[in-house]
Parts: sequence; C-alpha cells; structure tokens
Amino acid sequence: MKMVKSTLAVLTTAAVLGVSSFAQAGATLDAVQKKGFVQCGISDGLPGFSYADAKGQYKGIDVDVCRAVAAAVFGDASKVKFSPLTAKERFTALQSGEVDVLSRNTTWTSSRDAAMGLNFTGVTYYDGQGFLVNKKLGVSSAKELDGATVCIHAGTTTELNLSDYFRANNLKYTPITYDTSDESAKSVESGRCDVLTSDQSQLYAQRIKLAAPDDYVVLPEVISKEPLGPSVRQGDEEWFDIVRWTLFAMVNAEELGITSKNVEETAKSTKNPDIARLLGTEGEFGKDLKLPKDWVVKIVKEVGNYGEVFDRNVGAGSELKIERGLNALWNKGGLQYAPPVR
Amino acid sequence: MTTHTFKPDMPPPALTFGPIAWMRANLFSGVFNTILTLIGLYLVWLIVPPLLEWAIFKADWVGTTRADCSREGACWVFISDRFGQFMYGFYPAELRWRVDLTVILAIVGAAPLFFKRFAPKAKYGIAFLVIYPILAYWLLHGGFLGLEQVPTSQWGGLMLTVVIAAVGIAGALPLGILLALGRRSNMPAIKVLSVTFIEFWRGVPLITVLFMSSVMLPLFLPEGLSLDKLLRAMVMVIFFEAAYIAEVVRGGMQAIPKGQYEAAAAMGLGYWRTMSLVILPQALKLVIPGIVNTFIALFKDTSLVIIIGLFDFLNSIKRATADPAWLGMSTEGYVFAALVYWIFCFGMSRYSMHLENKLNTGHKR
Amino acid sequence: MQNTAQAPRQRGSVWTDPQVRAWVFQILAVILVVSFGWYLFDNAQTNLEHRGITSGFGFLGNSAGFGISQHLIDYTEADTYGRVFFVGLLNTLLVSVVGIVLATLLGFILGVARLSPNWLIRKLATVYIETFRNIPPLLQIFFWYFAVLGPLPNPRQSLNFGDLFFVNNRGLQMPAPVAAEAFWPFALSVLVALVGIVALWRWAKARRHATGQRFPVALTSLALIVVLPGLTMLVAGLPLHWEVPVLQGFNFRGGWVMIPELVSIVLALSIYTAAFIGETVRAGIQSVSHGQTEAASSLGLRPGQLLRLVIIPQAMRVIIPPLTSQYLNLAKNSSLAAGIGYPDMVSLFSGTVLNQTGQAIETMAITMSVYLAISISISLLMNWYNKRIALIER
Repeated sequence: MKMVKSTLAVLTTAAVLGVSSFAQAGATLDAVQKKGFVQCGISDGLPGFSYADAKGQYKGIDVDVCRAVAAAVFGDASKVKFSPLTAKERFTALQSGEVDVLSRNTTWTSSRDAAMGLNFTGVTYYDGQGFLVNKKLGVSSAKELDGATVCIHAGTTTELNLSDYFRANNLKYTPITYDTSDESAKSVESGRCDVLTSDQSQLYAQRIKLAAPDDYVVLPEVISKEPLGPSVRQGDEEWFDIVRWTLFAMVNAEELGITSKNVEETAKSTKNPDIARLLGTEGEFGKDLKLPKDWVVKIVKEVGNYGEVFDRNVGAGSELKIERGLNALWNKGGLQYAPPVR
Repeated sequence: MTTHTFKPDMPPPALTFGPIAWMRANLFSGVFNTILTLIGLYLVWLIVPPLLEWAIFKADWVGTTRADCSREGACWVFISDRFGQFMYGFYPAELRWRVDLTVILAIVGAAPLFFKRFAPKAKYGIAFLVIYPILAYWLLHGGFLGLEQVPTSQWGGLMLTVVIAAVGIAGALPLGILLALGRRSNMPAIKVLSVTFIEFWRGVPLITVLFMSSVMLPLFLPEGLSLDKLLRAMVMVIFFEAAYIAEVVRGGMQAIPKGQYEAAAAMGLGYWRTMSLVILPQALKLVIPGIVNTFIALFKDTSLVIIIGLFDFLNSIKRATADPAWLGMSTEGYVFAALVYWIFCFGMSRYSMHLENKLNTGHKR
Repeated sequence: MQNTAQAPRQRGSVWTDPQVRAWVFQILAVILVVSFGWYLFDNAQTNLEHRGITSGFGFLGNSAGFGISQHLIDYTEADTYGRVFFVGLLNTLLVSVVGIVLATLLGFILGVARLSPNWLIRKLATVYIETFRNIPPLLQIFFWYFAVLGPLPNPRQSLNFGDLFFVNNRGLQMPAPVAAEAFWPFALSVLVALVGIVALWRWAKARRHATGQRFPVALTSLALIVVLPGLTMLVAGLPLHWEVPVLQGFNFRGGWVMIPELVSIVLALSIYTAAFIGETVRAGIQSVSHGQTEAASSLGLRPGQLLRLVIIPQAMRVIIPPLTSQYLNLAKNSSLAAGIGYPDMVSLFSGTVLNQTGQAIETMAITMSVYLAISISISLLMNWYNKRIALIER
C-alpha cells in the first residue's frame, strides 16, 4: 500500500512536474467560466449565515460571499448555485470538486488548512465559542457549569474547545452531540441539556428560533477563537486569489465609504486615487486577477460592501442584532483589515 | 282426520348461537381467557378513547397560524399550512403542476397493465418502462425542450421520497436478477464475484452506504467529474437494494424443479434462452410478493436520506417542526408522517398478499 | 489416428465450445472488475495526492479530545481515536443485544397471541403488527425521542420512585451495585450451586434413562441456588451495596443512568422488530401439522410437554432462518442512532471522528467492516444453531 502510494507519487511528480501544477492553477476559473456559474457550498440552515427563506431563496453572510464571487467573475451576482452541505460532507464536497467555494461557517484551523487540502481565503466573521443557558438555572458564568449536560454539534471545533475548556477549569460535563442545529435547539428547549454551546453568532441565531427567546441568556465567556471564512481547494492559486480579493474588495469598499447606492456615481466622479484604483477607473488591477476591470463595482453594486452585508444579515438590520465588535473595521476598533489595491 | 301441523321451529338456545355464544367461545372460554380479554379491553380503553379525542374530537382543523389552535387536541392546522412543502419540498410553487402531471402520467400509463383483458401487455409494459422514465426526468428536472430546469437541491417532500424509491426499485430489479443468475452460475469466478457483491451490501447498514455516497464516493471519481448528491445517493440505493432483490430472485429460482432445466436443455435451448424463456418467467412469478416486500422495505428506508441532508418527506416534516412559528408540533408532524408511510406500506403489503393468492398456481403442492 | 483423436472436438470452432466460452467470459469479468477497482483506487490516490489530504491509519493513535455521553469502558478526552472506536463498538453492541432480547420476548408473545383462541387478543396482536411494521424505524425513533421522552420533567422535578429510581429528561437514574467485601465468597457460592445443578441434571437424566424413575430436579435445583448463597450471605454479610443516585447541581450523580437516546432507540427498534418476529413465530407454529399435536396428545403428553417437546422444536426449524435475518436487521438498524445523537459506531466514528480528521475513506472503511463482521458473526452463530437443531433424517 505504502509502496504503491510512494511509487504513484513519484510517477505523478516525474511525469507531470510543472505542467500539471500549472494546468491545475486556473482550472477552477476556466471551469467556472465554462459552466457559467459558481457552485457554492453553504450550510443547511443557519439564520444569518446561510438559510433558505420561506420561498426557498438562500440568504446570509456566507451566501453573500458566494454571490460576490459570482459578481466578480460574471458581473452578475445571480450566477451562483448553492449546495446545502452538512457539517460532515463539507470538506469532501470541496475536495472532490463538487463545489468551487466552501462558504459554510467554517473555522480556519491549521489542520484543516494543511491536512485536508483546503486553503482558507480570509475571515468573513471573527467569532468565538460561547454558552447559551436558560435563565431559570441561575447561572451567570461558565465556571458554574460543573456537572452540566451540554448540547453540541457533532464534528465541529466547538466539540474540541468545549472539552479543553472544561478540562482546563477542572469541571465535569456530559456532552450530547447532534448532527443539526435544529436538534440541539430543540433539546435545550426541552431541557435535555442545560447548556447549548456553539459559536456566539450561532447562539444568537438559535435563540431567535426558540419559543421564548427572552428566557435564555448567552454567558459572557468566550472560550475560543473562531475565525470563520470561505475556503477553496489547494493547488489553484488563481481561484484562491479571486475569492480572497473578493473579500478584501468588500472590506476596502466599506473603508472608503463606497456603498451599493453610491458606487456607480462614485466610480464616475471620484478624484480619490485609492477609490479609482479599487473601482477600476485607474489602472488594470482586475486584469491581474483575470477579472473584468469593473469587478469591484459589480460586487458592491449587486451585493454591497462588507458593512452592508453584515448589517443586513446579522447586524442591526436583521433579527439577530449582533454588534460589530471584533468585526468592525480596523480603524474603528475591530479586526477587519484589507490590504490595499494597487 | 286431523292434519298434523308442525309447530314452528324453536330458535336455537341463546348460548350456542348469536353474539353471546360467540363471545363465550371466543372471549370467555376459560378463566385464563377471560383474564386476557379483560386485560385486552382495559388496554383498548386506555388507548383508543384518548387517541380519538386528541386526534379528532378535540383537534383543531381550520386556521392558518398557531394561534388558531386551542391546544386541547391535535393541531392539524400545522399540517394543512405546510402541506405544500411536505409534498413538494422547495419545488417552485408555480412549477408544481409538473410533479402532479408526472404522477398522473404514471397512474394513467400503468393502468392498462392491471387490466386482465388488455392483450399486448408485455410490449406495452416494456415501452412504458422505457418511455416513462425519460418523460418523468424531463418533467421533473427539465432544462431541455422548453422546460425550466429545477435543480435536484430544490426537490423534496413526499415527491423526493417516491422518486428515490421508484428509481431504486427500477434500477435494482435488473441488476438484482443478473446477480441472482451470477450466484446460481456454474462459473466459479462469476459466482464468487456475485456472492461477494451480494453479501457485502447485505452486511452493511444503509446509513453507512449513504454516508459513503456523500463523503467517500466523490473521492473515487476522477478529478473534475462530480455527480449530483441525489444521483449518488440513488446509485448507492440501487446497489443496496439489488443485493436484496438478488436473494429474493434466487429463492424463486431454487424453487423451480430441476426437470424444467433438463427439459429446456433437451429442447436444445442455450443458457440465456433457458433462463429468459423458461426459468425466469416462472421464478419471477413466484417471487413477485417477495419483490413487493423488498420495495416496502426500500420505501421505509428512504427516510434515512435525512442523514445526508436530503429533504425527503420525513425531513421536511422534521424541519417544519423546528420552525419558530410552529414550535411544539412534533407529535402532530410525526403522527402525520407515520400515517402517510403507513398508508403506502400497508397498501402495498395488502397488494402483495392479493398477488400471492392470485399467483398461487403451479408448483405449490 | 490423429483424425479420430480430434473427432470429438470437431463440433465447431473454439468459440462455440461452452467451456472455452465460460473461461473467456470469466476472465473478462475478472479483468473488468479488477480494472474498475484499480480505476477507483487510482482516482482516490490521485485526488488525495493533489489535494494534500492526509491518508493512512495513523490517526487512530492521536488523542481524540472530545467527550462522549455514554461509554461502557473508561474514556476521557485525552484518549485516542482507537479507544473511541471501542467505545462506539460497545455502544452499538449494547443496543443490538438489548434490542434483540426485548424484540425476541415481545415477538414470541405476539406470535402466540396471533394464534390465541381469544378473538380480542388475536385482533390486538394483528393491529400491533400491522401498525408498527409499516412505519419507518427512524420515524419511530424520532417519535419516542422527541415526542415521548422529550417532554419529561427536568432533573429537579424528576418522577421519584422510592428515592431509588428517578425518571427525567436526562434518562432513567437507578442505583448501581458496588461490590462489597463479601462479594467474592458470594460469587463463589453461586458458582458452586450452578455446577451442582448441572451435575444433578446429568445424574437425574442418566438415572431416568437407566431406571425410568424421575427425580424432582427443578425443586432440588431451586433449593440449591437459594440455600447455598443464602448461607454464605448469613456468614459473610451482603455481597453488594447499592450506590443511589443523588441530585447534585444540574444532574444526578452516582448510580447508573440509561440516557434517553438509548431508551428511545432500544424501544423503537425492539417494538419495530418484534412485529416482524411475531409474524415469523406465527408462521413457524402454524407450519407444525395438526397431526403432530394429535399424536402427542394420544401418547399422553400434557399440554406443557406437548408445547415444549413437540411443537416448539419443530417450529424452531422454520423460525430460525427468518429470525436470523431479523436479528441482522436489528443490528444494522442500530446505526439509526446517528439520527438522535446516541454515540454508536456510526455517529461516533463516521460522524465525529471523520469530521475531526477529515479522513473519509479510512473511517468509512473501518465502520463498514465492523458491521460486516457483526453480520457475519450473527449469521455463523445462527447457522451453527440451525444445523444443530435441523431434522436428522433417517
């Protein structure tokens, strides 16, 4: 087995060195352009990030990232198809080429980046794991959770963080692991578990799904770093750059005050060289990425800048009403920072 | 001379005839039986009245929101409100006529096959089996010949359940028959291959097979080729069912007396003609009930696709019960699901029994 | 000379010779299968290489780092994925074994009830069977879990049975036996009693065959198993003491707990499978011809003996093969546990572990081989039993 593998590795390397890796890069963009749409892996139901509304239309931050990529490539945000994936399926779906981008509320970790054949393109949402409890329990800190029964989603980083946190604080707990967020929400409601743990954004999203959201609180402790972002397959730098710079473009647009309402106006009238470079009226920066000149205009016009996307889906303009917090721009006390276009 | 007139017959004693006697014979024939009857009656009394009260008398039937339910009994408003989603999933509402048409075509198209006097049954049946799937694919999926495409990720509800079951059985039958032939073959290599295939698929649970289709199969395909999630699940379901069908068909072939093989050989028929003209027609007739039972099992098993995130009937109901607007309706949802599955499965099992009686000719001694 | 030797082969060309054709066909088939297998293997290799996915079974030695709600062997987060495998395997086996026992009991009762002279009992059994076997098992599991066990009270409002048993939405808490000092003498005395009983049975049987006289075996055995351990207990004290669950903080501590996931899956699977076993048992009993009953009665067998010595042994021959496949189905259906978060083989190994390691091929292969092994073992066991009780034709 091992010998076959190494022989195979040697053969492939020897035979297709250079040629193959070169042909690999760019394969995704070519394929996407040929089929005419971006295939995007999203979650199977998470308010604020990706969920189907009553009409079956997908909405959320993760969905908007995909739409932005489609806007950048095709100038049309609707040229995207969505594959709802379970937590289990997501990596295989990307690895096997079933989807071109995986934008599914996925935490960027070293093992996922290195051992699973993914490349994370950036961070769309800085999150951290927290706890949701019923007020009736009278708990005000996670440190008081000794002996609690905790609901988690199977096979997520949350599962590992939870056990680390309880071990570090010398607390005992009983985990109940479910496949979908619906089940865990139902279980915390029925009292099968005392606590629901997940990324804080998800806890807020789950809370509005409960019958009596006001009976539940999210505890102050944040026990982990959860940078969530889209990922692409390893080995295709060109496609990696497109997805990465789509994110950067949205953040830069917010920083420069370009919104979906004023973008076309600004593109015509701007004197600011930063804006002009970003919107393609000066220089050929889109071309380097193999994208049309006005790619950022299309992204912002059809999807919006980062701030608009955030507000609409999880922020003040949504039911979740999550503060910007870590996700504010760098010059406003947050972590969202994008390299300049030049 | 007096004519002798008979007195009219006395009615039989009440204790040997009529309901009382029947009750004595069937319910109270001894101490033990009487105790059993009383326990049974108690059970019935315990279950039936509250059930009827909950499901019918105190249930709420009309309305559009949760507030329309008094919550004293079942809230069937939930079912009627979400009925479209339960039947079609996210299939676009304005295109649902295509699903309806597909079902109507299936019923109308298959109807002649059930009439005794319809003569060209075999030819018609084969034509139907070839044309209908193409037609159904065109109607459901579209994307060519003027119909708008509806990607399979929007399929759902009972429609998806039926599609998976139907495709599963249609694909599994021919493959299963081939495998059964392989297992009964004289050629050792073919036999070993068939036995391995059959025993492998029969030895693993369908859930792992479905997991395999969703997380493992994509890695086995050449780079750049990716199959639809539903299609992969269907391929796996076909393999899985084919193994079971193969065993059913093998049972039928074993029941054919050896004389039939010898007679066919004496007539100078080769292997394929022996099988297709003599053995299989008799064997398949014997195992039709077995095949229907396999299909019932398959129909129930389709509910497992929930595990790989397909929106079949059970999953759409489960999802709807998690909707904040309809919280606390799990019981109604599951009871409705159970009822629908039950009607399908019970109906088919009755049909299978009817067939068994009708086809009970030939070799049975 | 040459001509006559070749004569029999002159029937036609080599290609119409059935033997040659059989060989060619088989070789082609094998080549086809092998090359298809190689094609898949090769694809997988290329995919793994190109995408930098780790492969191999080395991950089994890595520390798992997540908790498991039910483990029959000691397990902590620091243990390896290899140990997770055994935890999952034991949980699967637990569901299968308990489910099989309950389903068999219930199924035999149903089968006999289906043939009861009592009309009401007969109909009730029929309704039960027709209801439960036509509803998907997964749906039944959901029903028990979400609709029946879900609304149970929380631990602080548990249903309390004599301060020993507590029922709440965390499961059924019950006292756990803990071995005391006198445990070993007690266990030894039970063992001695058992050995004594077996010896007594053999001796009684031999005596009956030799002299025709009966010995009250049942009564003596009962006396033996009660008196010997009873005496030890009087001398050495109680062998076990009970650890009673106590409410402390959020949950009960101490004692044994049957989590609701386990209860719902065992209930659902045994109720579902019992419906099929009931039909199997009915068919088996009906297959014993009435003449057997009459013959046995005319020999003077009492009803109990009739059932035990004549009907059941013959019915079992018909019942065993379908019963085996029902057991297999139950074992395979235990994988439905994945739907409600019971930590069985599938949800632990091809769920959590697959996700944490991303090694789909290895985890799936391990999971599937476990089920194959379970299936094959049950088949072998039942085949052996079937052979033992098969009709010996003279």
